[in-house]
Amino acid sequence: MRTYDLVVIGGGSAGLASALSAYEQGIRDILILERDKELGGILQQCIHNGFGLIEFKEELAGPAYAERFIDLIENNGIQYKLNAMVTHMSNDKVIEYVTPSEGYVTIKAKAIILAMGCRERTRGAIAIPGYRPAGIWSAGTAQRYLNMEGYIVGKRVFILGSGDIGLIMARRMILEGAEVLGVAEIMPYSNGLPRNIKQCLIDFDIPLFLSHTITRIEGLDRVTQVEVSQVDENFRAIKGTEKYFDVDTVLFSVGLIPENALSEEADVEIHPRTRGPIVNESYQTSVDGIFACGNVLHVHDLVDFVSLEGRKAGIAAARYLKDELKPGDTFDCIAKDGIGYIVPHKVNVENVEKSLECMFRVTKNVKNVALTIKKDGEVLRTVKKRHLAPAEMEKVILSKADLLGCKESISIEITEV
Amino acid sequence: MSQKDMVCIVCPMSCKVSFDINPDGSITKVEGHSCPRGENYVRKEMTNPTRMLTSTIKIEGAFYDRLPVITSADIPKSKIFDVMKEINNTVVKAPVKLKDVLIENVCGLGVNIIASRSMKAVEDK
Repeated sequence: MRTYDLVVIGGGSAGLASALSAYEQGIRDILILERDKELGGILQQCIHNGFGLIEFKEELAGPAYAERFIDLIENNGIQYKLNAMVTHMSNDKVIEYVTPSEGYVTIKAKAIILAMGCRERTRGAIAIPGYRPAGIWSAGTAQRYLNMEGYIVGKRVFILGSGDIGLIMARRMILEGAEVLGVAEIMPYSNGLPRNIKQCLIDFDIPLFLSHTITRIEGLDRVTQVEVSQVDENFRAIKGTEKYFDVDTVLFSVGLIPENALSEEADVEIHPRTRGPIVNESYQTSVDGIFACGNVLHVHDLVDFVSLEGRKAGIAAARYLKDELKPGDTFDCIAKDGIGYIVPHKVNVENVEKSLECMFRVTKNVKNVALTIKKDGEVLRTVKKRHLAPAEMEKVILSKADLLGCKESISIEITEV
Repeated sequence: MSQKDMVCIVCPMSCKVSFDINPDGSITKVEGHSCPRGENYVRKEMTNPTRMLTSTIKIEGAFYDRLPVITSADIPKSKIFDVMKEINNTVVKAPVKLKDVLIENVCGLGVNIIASRSMKAVEDK
């Protein structure tokens, strides 16, 4: 059985960035396993622009952003396998994968970086009554068909969910000649970026129904109609508010779930809120030598932050391989009032070089509040914020000096100014 | 004169900016923005709104049947569907390199349609 120093599972933005930085740290025996027929991951179907403002200081289309990383992988001769689907992974870091050319292969890794990304929540996951006709798609699948394969999945479309993928697909479908009759969002606000609401919906006069959801899908062989109802504050449909739209297609943009089937198989502990692995300051999971970064760890809104996180995981994996990660006590990062989660979840301050970036999301839209950071229950710092939204990942940077001496926990909460 | 509201999309603050449109088309009494970018945005949006356009173009002899493309600069919002038409009437052949110009001076706008990625030629897919 061939043993690699580092195996990266997933050749998308997180995997590529982590492999590159491990390489830059001197690790040479690296293998990237990618299940698609080329590297780049989801970026290849995200043909809209706006990627790279932080990473490259310019606005790129998704495929152009991917190409910069792929070129670096190629130029450095980092090994990768395409069409390589990992089927099993164990906690002693044995990986099984299949490819059309090699068949069934078993390898061992001294360190693994999980970079499998996320998948879309499906119609089943939100249980809408009705038949199971053709014409129901997750927005990302429709995006791949349209932007990479050249197929449009329908002519008259209704979209459920106003996250960015749903908004961007509304515009794409219109540009390619379809009619988009509306977008329904169960929350009283959209989780999409305001600029996408403007450029994707308002520009094309597509109505956005806030506090609405699809309550029925009609059609035996193909979707013929959707019933859309207003919901109350408990998200229950209000009788008498039904609207009907004759459509042949429904797109679902109802959230993303980190893809952790492999992680769970290897006994990697999963966080109930992020649904990604619990990691420490070095992005190491509960299993020694298995690291995680990108959307498999927690769902990001910006690819630039995925690359950044991938790089940190790559550096940490290299330190692990060089036996530079120090064992020792950890304290917890605890999400309190108004905070959904914090990554990393645990910190061993010995491994923090200069500072620690705590990434987190708030649970609701708030304006003019303060973030209060506490160390073992004592206020460490208060940061004023004019605007916080669940759709935008936030971060606080804590210096090593801030963290030293912490025994139990660092916590973040939202407080009144 | 009429009063109008607009949400500024320059940053995540999403300021609600209100302003007056005078009969001569000029914009006055811009209020509600918290930085100068809000006023600039409103003025541009009211006089000549522009957008970057991304789409796909048919490609032959490549790995995929579609190649992602982007305008080399922002184009007037009112020309988006004209440009789409020209993109959809064009077929390119692999190989293509990132940033290759695929349509020059599209619709006479002084803007090119360029490739958003490289795509190699393949003999059979």
